[in-house]
Amino acid sequence: MKQFVLASLFAGALAMPAMADYTIIAPANPGGGWDQTARTMQTVMQEEGISPSAQVQNVPGAGGTIGLAQFASQNKGNADALIVGGYVMVGAILTNNSPVSLKDVTPIARLTGEYEAIVVPAASPIQDMKGLVEALKADPGAVSWAGGSAGGTDHIAVGLIAKAAGVDPTKINYIAYSGGGEALAAILGNQVTAGVSSLGEFDAQIKAGTLRLLAVSSPERIEGVDAPTLKEAGLDVELQNWRMVAAAPGLSDEQKAKVTADVEKMVKSENWQKQLSDKGWADTYLSGADFDAQLEKDVTSTEAVLKDIGLVK
Amino acid sequence: MGAFDFLLQGLATAAEPMMLLYALIGVTLGTAVGVLPGIGPALTVALLLPVTYRLDAAGSLIMFAGIYYGGMYGGSTTSILLNTPGESASIITALEGNKMARKGRGGPALATAAIGSFIAGLIATLLLAFLAPSIVKVALVFGPREYFALMVLAFVTVSAAFGDSALRGLTSLFLGLALACVGIDQLTGQARLSFGVPELLDGIEVTTMAVAMFAVGEALFIAGQRNVQADEVTAVKGSIWMSRADWARSWKPWLRGTFLGFPIGAMPAGGAEIGTFLSYATEKKLTKHPEEFGEGAIEGVAGPEAANNASAAGTLVPLLTLGLPTSATAAIMLAGFQQFGLQPGPLLFATNPTLVWGLIASLLIANAMLLVLNLPMIGLWVKLLTVPKPWLYAGILLFATLGTIGANPSSFELGMLLAFGVLGYVMRLFGYPIAPIVVGLILGPMAEQQLRRALSISQGDWTTLVQSPIAAVLLGIAALALIVPLILRARGKGQVLSQLAGDED
Repeated sequence: MKQFVLASLFAGALAMPAMADYTIIAPANPGGGWDQTARTMQTVMQEEGISPSAQVQNVPGAGGTIGLAQFASQNKGNADALIVGGYVMVGAILTNNSPVSLKDVTPIARLTGEYEAIVVPAASPIQDMKGLVEALKADPGAVSWAGGSAGGTDHIAVGLIAKAAGVDPTKINYIAYSGGGEALAAILGNQVTAGVSSLGEFDAQIKAGTLRLLAVSSPERIEGVDAPTLKEAGLDVELQNWRMVAAAPGLSDEQKAKVTADVEKMVKSENWQKQLSDKGWADTYLSGADFDAQLEKDVTSTEAVLKDIGLVK
Repeated sequence: MGAFDFLLQGLATAAEPMMLLYALIGVTLGTAVGVLPGIGPALTVALLLPVTYRLDAAGSLIMFAGIYYGGMYGGSTTSILLNTPGESASIITALEGNKMARKGRGGPALATAAIGSFIAGLIATLLLAFLAPSIVKVALVFGPREYFALMVLAFVTVSAAFGDSALRGLTSLFLGLALACVGIDQLTGQARLSFGVPELLDGIEVTTMAVAMFAVGEALFIAGQRNVQADEVTAVKGSIWMSRADWARSWKPWLRGTFLGFPIGAMPAGGAEIGTFLSYATEKKLTKHPEEFGEGAIEGVAGPEAANNASAAGTLVPLLTLGLPTSATAAIMLAGFQQFGLQPGPLLFATNPTLVWGLIASLLIANAMLLVLNLPMIGLWVKLLTVPKPWLYAGILLFATLGTIGANPSSFELGMLLAFGVLGYVMRLFGYPIAPIVVGLILGPMAEQQLRRALSISQGDWTTLVQSPIAAVLLGIAALALIVPLILRARGKGQVLSQLAGDED
């Protein structure tokens, strides 16, 4: 006990004098999910006094791998540097053959996440997931799926669905758009058979009755959403498009603990919770060993499915 | 008519003195940041959005609208004065605008841009207010094959509009198309022509390329001319205001630009650039002064600037009615709306009328504020041009570099800026037009993706391209635009045509 008290005093003493002065890298252009996450972190950290002069810097490109590479090489041991990233990065590192991976930074915590939704236009003859799977089994090429960029979460979801349904994933007819939003227009205009993207992208249309929600990729039913999970529909697929924050490589244990504590303080603040609910983001905060294990699992399964689709050799 | 009452109510709120002050602050901030070369409206809004967080909903909406319009106008100002477009939609403005500025007509160029933006913004915002739900239904009919047909039309009209030597124009265009292939192929996720360089994976940044071609290339070209003629520096010739003739030549392009820009901006994959390209091509066809095109024709500023602003209001149509951000700026606006609990989507006009109409009223007020603030500033801006040439071009190089680094902090990006600057210099030296290469870089990927999407959906059946009536009509018009001049040329009227085409650069 005495040791514990001493240790925490020591840690406290280390943390006290230096108020963090975080620079948050958003490895994407202004406007996207990572940029918004970084800017929301900035606002909350400033207002909560965690880091009064937190800054955001955009380093866009190649699914975040350019920002990641720059971050890892320039900030070794710098406890004030943070980078935002997410599940899309996991896929991009693999498809782009990136020399830098998430092993080269210090992942701190998963902050928020969205589940995937599978939808069809309201006028579609397909009524449920079973109908869609049957059509897919009958002729994989005839079922066109609109979603975000190739190799991204949406594309991976379609690959996983095909695999779970026993259909050759290389045969899927996936039409990539620059984002879920642009894909939305194609789905609403009846240009494609089905659409896959984050639930938030489709939410308003589902409520208005112009899209029919067939299933969601969450482990359990989502409150207030009237659709089965993919598992309930008989497809063993679970996928979360999460966003995380990572720190620089080469941090000491004390430095890592300090950053983790700061991030936790931010996440637990009322301010952050309000921002999440305003933006419709789910709180999927996960840190420490649990997050490391989850990350490991995601990397392995993503690599497998990308190989199945044929995007990674 | 509930809509009209809501609008009046919104206008009444937005016209309160405190609100006008917020609008003024927003416009000033937006212009100040937007005027930095290489920084477009998207980055301006992203940088300044947190400023609006401190205010109540009405106050922050109006300041936000001010920042948005200010950022857009600031971008045009630098395009005209310094030839450094901050975003792809103001590239066309730079073409004629900068020529005008260098002939001492910077004042009228800035004025026609400001007034044209105001008029286009006004008309387009009103169209947005009253027609948004019906426009979006039409826009959704546009699928990949219709978009592809639209791109083909843009290609044909645009490449015909540039330069008097078809061979040189096409060479430049195809250079642009080749450069457009660099990067990750969006449909398969595979890297093309990137040679293992990670910075090339996302392709060549259009603004870097444009700034390099226009600003750096020009600076090198000026430096390369041994005999610097001092008499060329005529910063202000005649009035800095628009003459009667300027007005007469501007008002039609303003209106045409508005009606080209708004519907294309309202399409979920339309974008602002195509409207400006088509407007430029149209004005060049219709003008009574074809010899001035490429030498600083006021129509070439008035039309595209109006189209640019109208399409910006157009992008709000899918944003508000579908929750669909179709440009980077719109994506940031979406983030801005969410802080007021406003969830754009099909139900927005029904569930949240006060905020929507408040926003529309704010856009109208901010638009007017922009005009009030910027018209008197024109005299100040054109003073920039009286800076001696070596200083001015040194400054342009400095700001072009700063803008590139600011938008994309990477030494590779800087290397590309210099490399393309040298390419721009070489192309100028041998008389190749600059604009088609940039146009190719912008339109190439769009056309390719839409074509491949269309073919993927039809599972490889090429007849799908003409099976939709809209696509067939658009392709038909494009074919006519291509064939008719060929026939005219074959019948010995080529002389007239090449005179009409004029010299672009």
